[in-house]
Parts: sequence; structure tokens; C-alpha cells
Amino acid sequence: MGPLMQGVLTILIGVFGCVGYFYFSNLVLDRLIFPARNDDAGRNINRANAVRPWLFLAPALFALCLYLVYPVVGSFWRSMYDRSGDVFVGMQNYKNLSVDPEFRSAVFNNFLWVLIVPAMATFLGLVIAQLTDKLKWGGIAKSLIFMPMAISFVGASLIWKFVYSNDPNIGMLNAIRIFFGADSPIDPLQVPFWNNVFLMVILIWIQTGFAMVILSAALRGIPEETIEAAILDGANPFQIFFKIQVPQIMGTILVVWTTITILVLKVFDIVYTMTGGNFGTQILPSYMMEYMFRDDGRATAVALVIMVLVLPVMIWNIAQARKEMR
Amino acid sequence: MAELKLTDVAKAYGPVKVLSDINLEIERGELIVFVGPSGCGKSTLLRMIAGLEKISGGELQIDGQVVNNVPPAQRGIAMVFQSYALYPHMTVRENMSFALKISGKSKDEISQAVNRAAKILQLEPYLDRLPKALSGGQRQRVAIGRSIVRDPKVYLFDEPLSNLDAALRVATRIEIAQLKEQMPDSTMIYVTHDQVEAMTLASRIVVLAGGGIAQVGTPLELYERPENTFVAQFIGSPQMNLLAGKVVGTGAQTRIALPEGQGTILSNVPTRDSDMGAEVEVGIRPEDMIQTGGPDYAYSGVVEIKEALGEVTLLYFKKQQPEHDPVIAKLPGIHTGVRGRTLKMTADPAKVHLFRNGQSLLYRT
Ligand SMILES: Nc1ncnc2c1ncn2[C@@H]1O[C@H](COP(=O)(O)OP(=O)(O)O)[C@@H](O)[C@H]1O
Ligand SMILES: [Mg+2]
Repeated sequence: MGPLMQGVLTILIGVFGCVGYFYFSNLVLDRLIFPARNDDAGRNINRANAVRPWLFLAPALFALCLYLVYPVVGSFWRSMYDRSGDVFVGMQNYKNLSVDPEFRSAVFNNFLWVLIVPAMATFLGLVIAQLTDKLKWGGIAKSLIFMPMAISFVGASLIWKFVYSNDPNIGMLNAIRIFFGADSPIDPLQVPFWNNVFLMVILIWIQTGFAMVILSAALRGIPEETIEAAILDGANPFQIFFKIQVPQIMGTILVVWTTITILVLKVFDIVYTMTGGNFGTQILPSYMMEYMFRDDGRATAVALVIMVLVLPVMIWNIAQARKEMR
Repeated sequence: MAELKLTDVAKAYGPVKVLSDINLEIERGELIVFVGPSGCGKSTLLRMIAGLEKISGGELQIDGQVVNNVPPAQRGIAMVFQSYALYPHMTVRENMSFALKISGKSKDEISQAVNRAAKILQLEPYLDRLPKALSGGQRQRVAIGRSIVRDPKVYLFDEPLSNLDAALRVATRIEIAQLKEQMPDSTMIYVTHDQVEAMTLASRIVVLAGGGIAQVGTPLELYERPENTFVAQFIGSPQMNLLAGKVVGTGAQTRIALPEGQGTILSNVPTRDSDMGAEVEVGIRPEDMIQTGGPDYAYSGVVEIKEALGEVTLLYFKKQQPEHDPVIAKLPGIHTGVRGRTLKMTADPAKVHLFRNGQSLLYRT
């Protein structure tokens, strides 16, 4: 059987399996378990209605447990074993992390990433959304700015490797430096501290398009009359933007901000491909990748640390998004 | 001197002409109502006065100054939008203070102005609420308050009542009339498509139609002496009956023969000898129709539908030509047993309007 047939068969089984499950489980519930007959008819209908939601939710809950809850519990369990997974070491992996200077530097760098990348991407996205909204060629500008979203992180890193290349004939950064009279090229990725910023620029470059698209839609949702009223009230364009428009889309801004924050805590590709975490650029996801397959106990411990960091942002993000939808 | 003067004002969106040849003078303290069917350019004209739309042609003066290119905030106008346009993230107090804060007024001045406006509009209990916690009528009052604190020369209202329910609309209309009385020196321009609002509020009404002004006048002038059939039919409800007729006697009074019903009737509109035999349109308002047994009558027809409202009875006559509107009579009191009967209707010669090619014969030069 060819892979195509296999795929088609899987789809068919999946789709009809779902329909069949809902249809027959419902039938069993209504006809066999709580039949609406005889003296108990009324009570049975009520009982069937109480059970039905759980019956229909069961497959989703099962999948959720299988693919979300089990891995979390499993990871936690694994993080208490040594690198080969044979010896129970309790909290030893976490203790090791807390004294590892590389881990500490990863936490510090990640903190910088969380501080800078979402703020910059959101700010630039907002400004670009506003500036391109009224322009004739704004649509073209927007598509260009959105395009990096379609590139994988590794692909983006490769592009920026050229920008940061220490050959001034290739690297734009060095070309500019030489143009302004610097005598020798440098390797931007080895400049302490600033190399972190150079790496962040890549993610900002990717995420600005996302922020721009969402915020542009939000800006369009603002009633035109409130802006006209502000014009009549004598507000200048800056006042209109910061005092009338931005406050009205604050909810969306926060959702975009936190969504990028969560992303920042997950992206390992950029650091992994650009510097491999060397030269003081390590962050948590790439630190985790470094230990994966070599010391799964420690890697899972890092994964759980990341999860604990992401969780509050996530909860807040969802709450905010819900408020927006109302 | 006129507070507001429009000279040959025109508006076009590219090749689409929306308004042209608007000439209008508005005196200080007037409440002018722009009225007209939906899409006739009322909002556009108001927004040009506000400065939210560019003026494509002609000149706009406010207080003797040409303001075509003066930014909206410096024209001394304030506008109340149909959708209220309150700033949703600001409290009522902040909404009303915004313009003053922008213009750099002191805290004391601002709170004084806001409190005064809040008192006039009975908004004091709501000053710290957000707009979403207010009812439609209260939001409208906040929008008005936002204008009042700026103490503008001219107030602009764009259909301010159309988002309110019927009962609230009447109450708010009366409030606006009272507000105007408290501020006799402020000039107001009020846009509506509702003729009752126009008739009850206006010191003068500007009827807009077909991209221009159809007539300007006091409410009663428009009702008693409409310049053209559009105004004649737009003002008054049910609309004025228009019947085809032919001039058969001229002079200080005019006698017209009406082929539909074979009657003749007198009108106080004077005509010249040269009008003899001219085709005219005879306009009679439903409420001016009188049942008659005499020799002079304007219309004779079968009553097809009767609507008894108690205080008045509306009679709809059977159409004699399918493309015509039915002739309607509005008789005071209760009338029983008229359905299916043939009635002859006439009117006081003073209430019979004459139009030729859509223009009233009263205003001929
Ligand atoms: N931005 C625009 N571009 C083209 N036509 C417009 C524009 N705005 C309004 N119009 C047209 O101008 C006419 C008058 O509109 P408006 O002033 O809103 O009418 P209303 O009397 O109902 O307030 C309408 O026919 C409308 O289609
Ligand atoms: Mg309008």
C-alpha cells in the first residue's frame, strides 16, 4: 500500500470514526443506558442530558491528557533521573542548574530578551501599522514587513549571518563600519553583551510583521468618529495617536506583547544556529537544546523551568484575550 | 453680521458632485436645521463647516473670516456626532475635559467649566463613570457637554437623536430646545432627516435635495408657502396631494379645472392672462381637504381605505391611474360608513397651492 493510500485511509478512518463515535455513543446513551421509556422517562432524559456533554468531550479530553498532561508529568518524572535515565537523583538536576554559571547567564540573557524583543516588536509593529494605514503603497510596505513571518527561524538566521559576516564585502554591518572609516572588520557576534542585542534584532525583525498585522486590524476597528472628535477638540496627530488611539487598542497591544513574550521563551533556533550559545549569548531554550540527547535529565529540568516561567504569562494572555473578545 | 456665510459652496468626490451652489447666511443665535432625504449631503455640508471635509469650491466664512483652510479646532465650532463618539477609555469628566486640557487651560478653569456643563445637563452623578456604563440618552448628553465646555461660536449636531428610542427622542428633543433657550447667543446647526424634529426645533429650516438647497425658511413658511413640489411633499405628513390641472380662469384668484374628477376649484394664487390654459399641478394638503356637495370641488373619488385614529380619520381614495399616489384626505373627528362611497373633496382657496414644472407659481418673478 502506497503512502498516498495510507494517508487517505487515515483521513477516512479519522473522519468517519469521529462521526461514528458521536452517533453511536449518543445512541447507546439514549436507548440502552437511560431509555426514555416507562415510569423513569423524565428522570432518564435529565440524566442522559447531564452525561452527554462528558460523552462528547471525552475524545478531546483524552487527546489533551495524552499529548499535554502526560508529557508534563513524564518530563517532571524524567527530570528527577540521571542522564541515562536509570538512577533516581531527586532534585539533583535542579541543584546542578542553580550552580551552573552558564545556566545563570542564560537566565539573565533570557530576561533581557523578554524585556526587549516583545517591547520593540510591538512598538515597531504599532508605529508601522499606523504609518502605513493611510498610504497608497502602504499595502506593499506591509507585505514586505510581514514577509519574514513566513521564513523559518533557521532561514532567518542564515540571512542575518550574512548581515553580520565579518567580511565587509558580505556583511552589511561591517561594510557600514568600513564606509565610516573603521580600519578593520569585527565579528559582531563576538562583541560581548551587544552580540545578545544583535541576536534579538533577528527575532524583532521576524515578529514586527505579526504585531503590525494584528495592531493594524485593531487600529481600523477604532470608530473613526472618536478620531474626528479629537481633531475637533484640537488634538495634534501625536496626541490623537497616544491619547485616543493607543488606549482604545490597549487590550490588543497587551495580547500581542504577551504572545511574543511566550514565543521568546521558546525560540532556541536563532541562538543555536548563530552562536551555539557561545560568547555569552546563551538563553534557556538553546541551553536546553545543548543538553538534549547528552543529558536528558538536565534538559527536561530546563524544560520545566521554562514552562514555569511561561505559565503565568500564558494565563494572563488568555485572560486578556478573553476580555478583548467580550 | 452673519455668524456663518456660505458662498457658492460645492463638494465633489472626484467626478461625483455631491453638493453645489450652496448659498446661505446664518445669523448669531439661530437654530438652523438642515433637513432632507438620506444621502442628500446633509452630513457632508455639516462636515465641511466643521472642517472634517475639504471644501471643493466656494467660500465659507465664520464670524467674517474665511475659514476654508483653517484647521477644525480653530474654527470655533463644536460637533455632536450621531454615534456620540465619546472616548471609550475616558470617564465622563475626562471626556468633557479633553479639549480644554489640550488647549492648556488651568485645572481650576477646567473643573469649573466641566461642573457648569454637568449641572446644565444633569450629568453630575455620572462624572466618574465610563461611557459604557451610561444609557444612550446620557451618552448623548455627555457628547453635548463636551461641546458646551468649549464655549464654541457654532454648535453642529449630526442627527443626534437617531440612535435613541422613540420616547427618549422626544424627551431629548425638548431638552435640546431648552438648552438652546439657555444659550440664546450660540448658533446651532442641526442635521436631521426627520421633518418633525426640523419643524419643532428650527428657527429656520434648510431643505436640501438633489445636491442643492430646495428652500430656506421658517417652519411655517415652508408649510404654508413651499417653493416647489419637493418641499411641498417633504414637509407635512401625510404628504401633500398633487393633482394635474389646467388654468381656466386668471387674475387675483385662479380657477383650475381638474380632469381627474371633472371638477373646478379656486386658488388664491394669482395668475397672469398668459397663463390661460396652462398645465399646472394643484397641491392640497390632506388636512385641508373638505367634503363638499357644492359645485366647486377638486377631486371626486371612491374611498378605498379608511384609517380611524380617533382625533382624525384618514381616507385613501382609489387610484384612478395606477402610477399615481393615492389621494389622501385627513378629516377631523370620526367618520363612519364612508368606505366605498364616492366623495367630492374641495379646499379653501387660500390652501390651494399651484405649481408649474415643479416650481410654485407664488414665487414667480
Ligand atoms: N468619501 C466619499 N466618497 C464618495 N462619495 C461619498 C463619500 N462620502 C459621502 N459620499 C456621498 O455623498 C452623498 C451625501 O452623503 P451624506 O452627506 O452622508 O448624506 P446624508 O444627507 O444622509 O447625511 C451620498 O450620496 C454619499 O454616497
Ligand atoms: Mg448623515
